[in-house]
Amino acid sequence: MQSSFIARNPSVLWFLLALSAFTVLVSLLSEAGGSALISTSFLKTLGKTLCLCLVAIAMDVVWGYCGILSLGHFAFFGIGGYAIGMWLMYERTAEIVTTSLDSNILPPTPDEITDAIGSQIFGVVGSNDFPLIWAFSHSLTLQLLAVVLVPGLLALVFGWLAFRSRVTGVYLSILTQAMTLALSLHFFQNDTGLRGNNGLSGLQNIPGLEGVPQATVSLWFFWASAFALGAGYVLFSWVVSGKLGSVIRAIRDDETRVRFLGYHVESYKLFVFTLTAMVAGIAGALYYPQAGIINPAEIAPIASIYLAVWVAIGGRGRLYGAVIGAAVVSLMSSWFTGGSAPDINLGVYVIKWTDWWLVLLGLTFVAVTLFFPKGIGGLFDLLPRRKGDTK
Amino acid sequence: MLRCLFAVMMVLCTVTQAAAQDLQSILQTHAEEVASPSRNSVGTLLDELVASGLPQVPAFLEQWSDKNVWQRDDGLFFIGIEEDDVLALRDVDSGEDSTAAADGFTQLKPNGGVRRVIATAMVQFQLLDPDLTRRETAIASIARRPEAAQLAPLLASIEDETDAALRARKIQLANILTARFGETVEVRIAAIESLSADVSVEARAVLNQILSTREGADIEQPEGNLARLLNPLEAPDTYYAKLVDADLAPAPQSPDDIRRALEANIVEGRIGDIPLVQMDDPTLRIAAYAQLADAGVVPALITPALRDAALARHVFYDLYDEPDPQITTAAQTALSSVEARVGAAQVADLTLDALSLASIFFLAAIGLAITFGVMGVINMAHGEFIMMGAYTGYVVQLFIPSYTVSIFVALPLAFAVTFGAGVVMERLVISRLYHRPLETLLATFGISIALQQIAKNIFGTQARPLTSPDWLAGAWVVNDVIQISYIRIAIFVLALLFLGVILYILRRTRLGLEVRAVTQNPGMAASMGINPDRINMLTFGLGSGIAGIAGVAIGLYAKVTSEMGADYIVQSFMTVVVGGVGNVWGTLAGATMIGFGQKGIEWLNPSNTLAAQTYMILLVILFIQFRPKGIVALKGRAAGD
Repeated sequence: MQSSFIARNPSVLWFLLALSAFTVLVSLLSEAGGSALISTSFLKTLGKTLCLCLVAIAMDVVWGYCGILSLGHFAFFGIGGYAIGMWLMYERTAEIVTTSLDSNILPPTPDEITDAIGSQIFGVVGSNDFPLIWAFSHSLTLQLLAVVLVPGLLALVFGWLAFRSRVTGVYLSILTQAMTLALSLHFFQNDTGLRGNNGLSGLQNIPGLEGVPQATVSLWFFWASAFALGAGYVLFSWVVSGKLGSVIRAIRDDETRVRFLGYHVESYKLFVFTLTAMVAGIAGALYYPQAGIINPAEIAPIASIYLAVWVAIGGRGRLYGAVIGAAVVSLMSSWFTGGSAPDINLGVYVIKWTDWWLVLLGLTFVAVTLFFPKGIGGLFDLLPRRKGDTK
Repeated sequence: MLRCLFAVMMVLCTVTQAAAQDLQSILQTHAEEVASPSRNSVGTLLDELVASGLPQVPAFLEQWSDKNVWQRDDGLFFIGIEEDDVLALRDVDSGEDSTAAADGFTQLKPNGGVRRVIATAMVQFQLLDPDLTRRETAIASIARRPEAAQLAPLLASIEDETDAALRARKIQLANILTARFGETVEVRIAAIESLSADVSVEARAVLNQILSTREGADIEQPEGNLARLLNPLEAPDTYYAKLVDADLAPAPQSPDDIRRALEANIVEGRIGDIPLVQMDDPTLRIAAYAQLADAGVVPALITPALRDAALARHVFYDLYDEPDPQITTAAQTALSSVEARVGAAQVADLTLDALSLASIFFLAAIGLAITFGVMGVINMAHGEFIMMGAYTGYVVQLFIPSYTVSIFVALPLAFAVTFGAGVVMERLVISRLYHRPLETLLATFGISIALQQIAKNIFGTQARPLTSPDWLAGAWVVNDVIQISYIRIAIFVLALLFLGVILYILRRTRLGLEVRAVTQNPGMAASMGINPDRINMLTFGLGSGIAGIAGVAIGLYAKVTSEMGADYIVQSFMTVVVGGVGNVWGTLAGATMIGFGQKGIEWLNPSNTLAAQTYMILLVILFIQFRPKGIVALKGRAAGD
């Protein structure tokens, strides 16, 4: 008997309920909600965390369900951020430039406007011409498409090359890491046209919303992030359940056997790899307007490894585990490294958490890998189950 | 009466003649110039001093330049050294020593420019100086600023030169000077031709100086030694600007100029008959400007057609500064032959560079080749072992001041430290994860970030130096193009040594046999009495220890920071994967390929090492598509899977 999607995946309903409750609660407590118990900057942190949770469930699907340990998904996240950042920066600069040119006696020609925008944006890297990749930066629609399509296309090409030649396991991990490294090195160059190590900045100023206070804009982005996370959760729950999900999990467990059963393993892997890359791009596009700045250091290989760390600590192979891992570790990271954690005075030595947090995180991570391979999410398995409830 | 007068004149003449024979009187005739010389006019005085041929001139010039010449209030000059307001004086001619109070004297302080001119004049004396080092200094000073006047004394000094090396250098330098300043065309051409076998920077500079050109634009082709005619249509705006600079054409109007002209001529909201609000259209702006030009208010617009017509009316050329075409042709031929030699030398230099880079990659990756290649363990903390080795070297240098001793202490100590760390890590973490390679990757990554942060907490974020001993400080210089530092040679030798040692251990020792047995079939090996746990532990320790030694070597030429390991880890993995897992020769091949590839790309685009790294990674990714098992792929059952 075919039961409904929700009935087969009770966690989806619980997750959506929890997410909605959390969103409503935060909205009420935020400055825009009136009570101001949650400051705008903390609201942004929460919104960013939701985006990180979204990219973490994408990572969980590709690694926890499909067995591809990609060390490059944060690169897709960054590309999404860059894609939306280009529009934000172009449009914002265009507004400023148009205002300043209005004081001229003659109405400005299109060339004058473009030149002025170009020198505003690219002055820091000693240029004032628009590189080719900025060709669509004036159009929100096209850049929104780029948020999805550029990571998707990159993942498609890279995945096709890698899966076709049966690069698997740790080799694939190293290859994806090399891809991330190449991409960040590429972005670091001034002549790439993305402002080198300056990155794109001022992204928190949304063009057309100058009249709206940051508190409200942040709340809107928080809602958008929450919605995207909910939608992403439902999408991936659908992907990993049913027949498609079974094949994907089977590939993780024994790729060769699945191939012998007649499935085209490469297509399945490519589908998962590309889909998750696109979702990562969307997450990035929501994250960076809240962060305000993006630079190539964001997509360095280490970021993608942290992504794997979150998923592993949260518990891979279950979507809510990825969400828990990303939320807990990233919030704790910002708490410990932000200097608000109390230092521990041992008498002979004062443990400053800003210095020792990474040590703690690294060792925790080793311990989790060794002793709790199921991560935090594994704790849910310890809950008493109803009789007859089989997995 | 007349006779008498004649006699007096004769006496006077003799007196003048006699006076010209001593230095003081020459100085007195130019007293003004000696007391406050200027760079531009001191030359005449120096020429006269040199022409006098007096033996005391060189000593005087030297003292003058060293600010040891004093003028007495009556105008006479003395060489003097002041001590406690008392001057130890020496007569410029007789060399008689005396003392006097410093009150009645003024010290002469020729400025830097004058001192340089004096130094040039002194060169000819120094070239014949009995002291070898002074002759060498003189040669170096000629090489720094060659002048026509130096050629004759230089040529004259060659014959009596006793030192063979200096003599060769003098001949070389004389050649260079002759090429530029030689008397006759034949002599110069001969010198130029002899330069064609010389790849030194000096020789190339002199040829380029002979071939120096100046650009020009004119209505007709000019007289003179023409280097080339230029085609102005290649870059019309640039060439038009040259016409404007030469006052051969009216200045063009930039869009800004047009805008300003329009702004200045707005009449009742219109420019000409075009309303102001339409001025956002570039074509209307030009139309409005044309109307203003027709009315005579502004100069006529230089349209592209006008510009090209002006360009067509003129000749653009490069003219050699050297008037004689024979010499420029000879220099051209010599230069192209020099450039061909330089090109060949650059290829050789690049090969050395690439070899050195390859040996660094090899050193960084060889430990990994053992742990990853032979044991199949992904150790993301490998880079941190390199870092640990480098910091061990740094700490050793804190305690042992002698750099030579400290390096030889640091190498085994670094091995011991990282060997220990590797064994501990293998026992505590990796041995529990042997059948879960992806999780080994993650757990070792956790260790990597912890180790990195601990190093940062102990040593701080700033880079620490690891100083190499003096005998490794220099560079091996073949010629001006090919040179390589001794450190890099040492790293190359170390890499070769490692290759030998590891091959020996794996192939010729009991341990190596057991390692290979455990790698191929742990169960079978165990039943033959080999303890796989012990072997795994030792192998991992060996790989880590080698990383430690590599850390010392890398630290010698790069800075030691807590992040240095992370810089090498991705490269190292790529080296192992490209080369082919499970084979030391493969790592060598991988390192060679990546090293040469990266240097090759850098050569194509020298300004950008970041781009070279990027493209190299892309190449590696593509390469793995076609040879997923690497360059040296294991075949048959040993390939596993």
